[in-house]
Amino acid sequence: MGKYFDELEKDYRIKEGLKACMNCGVCTAVCPAAEFYKYNPKNIVNVVARKDDAEIEELLKSDTIWYCGECMSCVTRCPRGNAPGLVVMALRKLSMKTGLYLNSEKGRQQYVLVKDLCTNILEHGYCIYPRNFDYAHHPEFGTVGEWTNNNLDEIHRRLGSNLDGDGPGGLRKIPQESLDQLKKIFDVTGATELMDKIFADAADEAEKRGLSQDEYFEEVYHADNGHHLNQ
Amino acid sequence: MIIEGKQKIWADYQKEIPDDHYFYVRSCIRQSFFPASEVVFLDITRNKLGKDFFENPYHTTCGGIAYHSDAIPQETAMTIIARQFALMHESGYENYVCSCITSFGCYTETLETWREFPELEAKIRQFLWDSCRKELVKPKYLAHASDIIYKFRNEIAAKAMFRLVEAKTGRPLRVVEHIGCHYAKMFPSKGVGGAEYPYVLAGMIEAWGGEVIDYPERRQCCGFGFRQYFVQANRGYSLSNTYKKFESMEPYKPDFIITNCPGCPYFLDRWQYVVAEQTGKTYGENGFGIPVLTYEEVAGLVFGYNPWDLGLQLHQVAVEPLLDKMGIPYDPAMKYKGVNGKELGTPAAPQNIRFK
Repeated sequence: MGKYFDELEKDYRIKEGLKACMNCGVCTAVCPAAEFYKYNPKNIVNVVARKDDAEIEELLKSDTIWYCGECMSCVTRCPRGNAPGLVVMALRKLSMKTGLYLNSEKGRQQYVLVKDLCTNILEHGYCIYPRNFDYAHHPEFGTVGEWTNNNLDEIHRRLGSNLDGDGPGGLRKIPQESLDQLKKIFDVTGATELMDKIFADAADEAEKRGLSQDEYFEEVYHADNGHHLNQ
Repeated sequence: MIIEGKQKIWADYQKEIPDDHYFYVRSCIRQSFFPASEVVFLDITRNKLGKDFFENPYHTTCGGIAYHSDAIPQETAMTIIARQFALMHESGYENYVCSCITSFGCYTETLETWREFPELEAKIRQFLWDSCRKELVKPKYLAHASDIIYKFRNEIAAKAMFRLVEAKTGRPLRVVEHIGCHYAKMFPSKGVGGAEYPYVLAGMIEAWGGEVIDYPERRQCCGFGFRQYFVQANRGYSLSNTYKKFESMEPYKPDFIITNCPGCPYFLDRWQYVVAEQTGKTYGENGFGIPVLTYEEVAGLVFGYNPWDLGLQLHQVAVEPLLDKMGIPYDPAMKYKGVNGKELGTPAAPQNIRFK
């Protein structure tokens, strides 16, 4: 047993999700990510169960652990009650904590996710905030999405939302008192520490590449080395 | 299909659903993309069924999308959830109902993890006190909002103006039901019908006159995948999952799709548009797509709400073929209008998928 497994073992998702794998592979058979990416959740569970630090370190550095979509279809199917999806979540947390996520293209994408989602939560109280969901970054939003973007206030008024308004209702302005409490929750539970680390790492990576912070964001958002797909 | 066998299994996964007095929490995605669905849900439960559904404006996101994008730690998500539970208690409620399936999965995971590891619950209780000076009181009952519509499906059927049948022929509409993965895949006993034979949407379809389609990829994920959608480089994953589902359901000629997760209808709708624009392929009749509706929208149509009050104009796949089949009247000229008929322009027509 080594330092990485010792860290993983503290995570409740490992306590919940890693029992005795019998290598039936049903998790891989049902996994949407395994069909699309070079990905095999059974092998990931095997590596963690072996508690071999060198192997775990390779996983933490790899794109592999970032392929899962966390649909948790594997949980339903495992005859031994394992949850490979939860094991992956614990690996991702450790990969960020150790900085090893920076070794992989998919791992570096955490900058985009932390920046967008945590900013929405702390500034607006929502994970998704429609004024920050733009057609330019989401062309699949479609022609109706573009029309929605262009008429956001009118459309939400027409459909009964309370967009940025006081009181109850859809998309209401979350009271400052609630936003302050979310910030304190972030501070005491480790989310602020994680954000600070991811942002500092991104600043270093941008500097190494001679990019501005925005340019680095766009690079991470679009980068695809062409080696991920299961084909 | 051996119906008796399925009914026996369903019997093991029936959940008790209290019939009144709920603390209601909203969904980030549903508010953003299907805002009228939550409006209609509250109108149906409060005004048509006479039930007490309370919304406290101080509630926030549950943080579930960030948690499943690995952007916040588990302890953070659990403490946000603990704060929501505290607000429920402060408001005088014991039954908790959420609009979002990701939220439902997070709430269920949190309560089950606390049950198994009481020391973690104690830690979160302390985090909640340290950050918000609030006391954690857990709900006596947790529901997803689709459970409520399921529970009252027969009362809704009794008041229906329209049924899920082709008005001209009386043919039951063929309906694909798509359950959000986090409804019951992690904790099957928490969903109506479990993970193998979820009945929460099938029950609505049958009660309202439709016919449920059983097809090979019925339980396949829509492909949201959290990070697999939010980062543009990963979106092929999301698109591929939807494509796989549509290829599988196509031979069964669905009239429409009903969903209980707020994300799934967005992806199943928008990826049909992308498949059409990239390949020319459409899955509905006569060059249309297959309409994808939230369960609130379907309940609203059955009740006789104006389709444009339900927000069906926010779908990229045109819903008019479904409205025509059901015999629901609508004014095409009002589809894209604002309040009091204000002119808002019209979305551009896609190249390969019929829009009207």
